[in-house]
Amino acid sequence: MEAGDAVAQLVREEGTRVLATLVRVTGSIDLAEEATQDAVVRALESWPRVGVPDNPRGWLTVTAKRRAIDLIRRESRRPEKEAAAVSMIEPVPEPPEVVRDDLLRLVFTCCHPSLATETQVALALRTLGGLSTAEVARGLLVSEATMTKRLTRAKQKIAQARIPYRVPPADELPDRLSGVAATVYLIFNEGYAAGTGSELARVPLTAEAIRLARLLVVLMPDEPTALGLLALLLLQDSRRATRVDEAGRVVLLADQDRSRWDERAIKEGVELVGTGLRRTPSRPNAYVVEAAIAACHALAPSYDATDWDAVISWYDVLLTIRDSPVARLNRAAAIAERDGPSEGLAIVDAIDGLAAYPWWHATRAELLHRLNQPEAARDAYDRALALDLSRPQADHLRRRLSELG
Amino acid sequence: MPKYVALTYTADVDWSDPQYADQMKDWIEFGEAAKAVIRGGDALYPTATATTVRTSGKGGEVISSDGPYAETKEALTGFYLLECADLDEAIQTAAKIPAAWTGAVEVRPVIDFGS
Repeated sequence: MEAGDAVAQLVREEGTRVLATLVRVTGSIDLAEEATQDAVVRALESWPRVGVPDNPRGWLTVTAKRRAIDLIRRESRRPEKEAAAVSMIEPVPEPPEVVRDDLLRLVFTCCHPSLATETQVALALRTLGGLSTAEVARGLLVSEATMTKRLTRAKQKIAQARIPYRVPPADELPDRLSGVAATVYLIFNEGYAAGTGSELARVPLTAEAIRLARLLVVLMPDEPTALGLLALLLLQDSRRATRVDEAGRVVLLADQDRSRWDERAIKEGVELVGTGLRRTPSRPNAYVVEAAIAACHALAPSYDATDWDAVISWYDVLLTIRDSPVARLNRAAAIAERDGPSEGLAIVDAIDGLAAYPWWHATRAELLHRLNQPEAARDAYDRALALDLSRPQADHLRRRLSELG
Repeated sequence: MPKYVALTYTADVDWSDPQYADQMKDWIEFGEAAKAVIRGGDALYPTATATTVRTSGKGGEVISSDGPYAETKEALTGFYLLECADLDEAIQTAAKIPAAWTGAVEVRPVIDFGS
């Protein structure tokens, strides 16, 4: 990493914390963003030349607060209101535990359940991730104008409807945290599978999601949801380099070159699974269990050496804590690997509610294919292909379909 | 004497925006003229600030979603004016209104023209 990049990285990391503090002291996300942006620009201009100050966060905070005071003075039409606002902004930087709480407040405000999920995703990337509006728009495949409007509306709602800037009380925290985790996971999936579209993986969004998950672990090191989420993302992302070949074709788990999996990510993910399980020995957390399943795959030396008994029992655990048709489908796929395609197919066929899910049809097609029932398999491939898939995924199914002869 | 609620429908705009100051004069004029019969009333922020609150039955899980109530199955059959610390308290209170258990409660912030 070059010196300039290191400064840019530091400024971005600290910028998020400074923004969080500024939102609290000014009571306005817009004002805080403008003031923080100003401090960030100044830092990026001067630090590479004169060196990084001893306390970069303190420098940024003080600079941003001064800017905020200027902005309030410039915009305020009422002297008494201005005096009140300015007096609340002490130029002294906050102690670390206050900054930590400020950042938590920002996390829970951006992911407030009264905001639409797509809005939470955008806000999290913009304010917590520190991406520009243009970058967020590009990542989520919408126009910059649409994104600007979405973010403006979101900030308006936060201000006008008085979405509180606080960490939820202990009794609400697990629920609210799972909302936050769902938003981060959605960002990861958006980058990982890219829904529809030509590229299978848009790297920046997966990296952003991992960064956000890491932030949640730093902020809430004892919360199993945070530990499990980061573990799950790291373990899934460890296979990124092998998921498509040079021609952009999907490579299935069975055929991936395991020597190219990211060992460091796997090691960290597996350790996080261990920590997460020790935190909740009696009732494991769903994210931790999903990560444990991903760990079974990550640790298997080859596809044939996969411990399907372990995979299936983790799915059994998952179904007791978070039953869903998709989890049942994945469990059925593992059963098919262990016990054979007809056992798997019987379970897949018995799952209700997945008719609109392309992978239910694709799994049926694959198992029918293996059972040498080309007519039924062809029909199932067609049904999967009629639904929403990324181009490499659809290409893969078409290849399998053509192999039916 | 019987009481009536007059529900006002206009363009979905932010009435606290200074660009509507001129139009506000008409509303103020009406307020003065009808003083004798008006028992209360407020302007609301636009529907973009709305949160729709439902629960899975009495005391059930609270499901809040972004935006106004947009279905036609249920009809507007009443209203409460709530004074709460923030949106969280408003949502918690709304979730206890029986309408939230079987239908929905739309929570909208009221404009405070005094601030």
